[in-house]
Amino acid sequence: MNSSVIIFPGSNCDRDMDVALKKFGFKNQMIWHNDSELPKSDLVVLPGGFSYGDYLRCGSMASKSKIIDSVIKFAKSGGLLLGICNGFQILTETKLLPGALLRNKYSKFICKNVFVKINNSENKYFKNLKKNVLELHIAHNEGNFFCSNDQMREIEDNNQIAINYCDQKGQVEDNFNPNGAIKNIAGIFNKQKNILGMMPHPERMIDNYLSGEDGSFFFQNLINNLK
Amino acid sequence: MKISAIITLKKDVLDPQGKAVHQALNGIGFDSVKSIRQGKYFEIEIDEKDKKIAEQKAEEMCKKLLANLVIEDYKIIEK
Repeated sequence: MNSSVIIFPGSNCDRDMDVALKKFGFKNQMIWHNDSELPKSDLVVLPGGFSYGDYLRCGSMASKSKIIDSVIKFAKSGGLLLGICNGFQILTETKLLPGALLRNKYSKFICKNVFVKINNSENKYFKNLKKNVLELHIAHNEGNFFCSNDQMREIEDNNQIAINYCDQKGQVEDNFNPNGAIKNIAGIFNKQKNILGMMPHPERMIDNYLSGEDGSFFFQNLINNLK
Repeated sequence: MKISAIITLKKDVLDPQGKAVHQALNGIGFDSVKSIRQGKYFEIEIDEKDKKIAEQKAEEMCKKLLANLVIEDYKIIEK
């Protein structure tokens, strides 16, 4: 399976993602934002970080970079496109995903482990995953998912909510919402479920000795689903 | 020609920055401040002679990049 990770100026989770993808069997290539062609890929990842220093709005400048046209073309033809953290922000700025990510409700940069519940398993990302609740890491200042009422109706009608913040047992409640996101949303899909944007970082949870293993389950399952 | 654009968060969008600034102003004695909403201001120098065309272009800039219409509104101001 071939994957591509796009590097923007200011990306800082690109190499972690590279390590994670290779660990679970992807043949990964790093692609510079100023290239115009994507190599043949089964998965394209927009990594976390602070592309273009978060200037203007998080992800806004990256959403206009040269490689993005090919990324959009790839996604529109059904290719799997995963955006983590800043990658999620870029996906909303390109309008490949609905909504926007606002500043965290309590004006703090949040860096901690959270639990997320998988809301929709009928897709390449979560199908056959053994666990329903994952412990992953978040690190963001703008992760407060927001959208208009009309957009929310569409998101719910099409079952586009991917994961919600929850407790260890999978209870989705206000208490477990770290950033004020509507309905505890931590990640969403496009209608076709080939594009996934999420704030938590699975690539930071691939080593039991250092952090945790729930990211390992995610990547292992993803490559199995692609085979 | 110079044109300006003001970008503000939509009315129902949470503005924690504005809230923090509001509290700080209250803290240094500006008790009568009731609320603050923070926005962005752009001065655009554009090589156009026709004011209408310049304004149209500024509007396009707002729609395509300067503002995110999911959460923000824009206003074009002539100089």
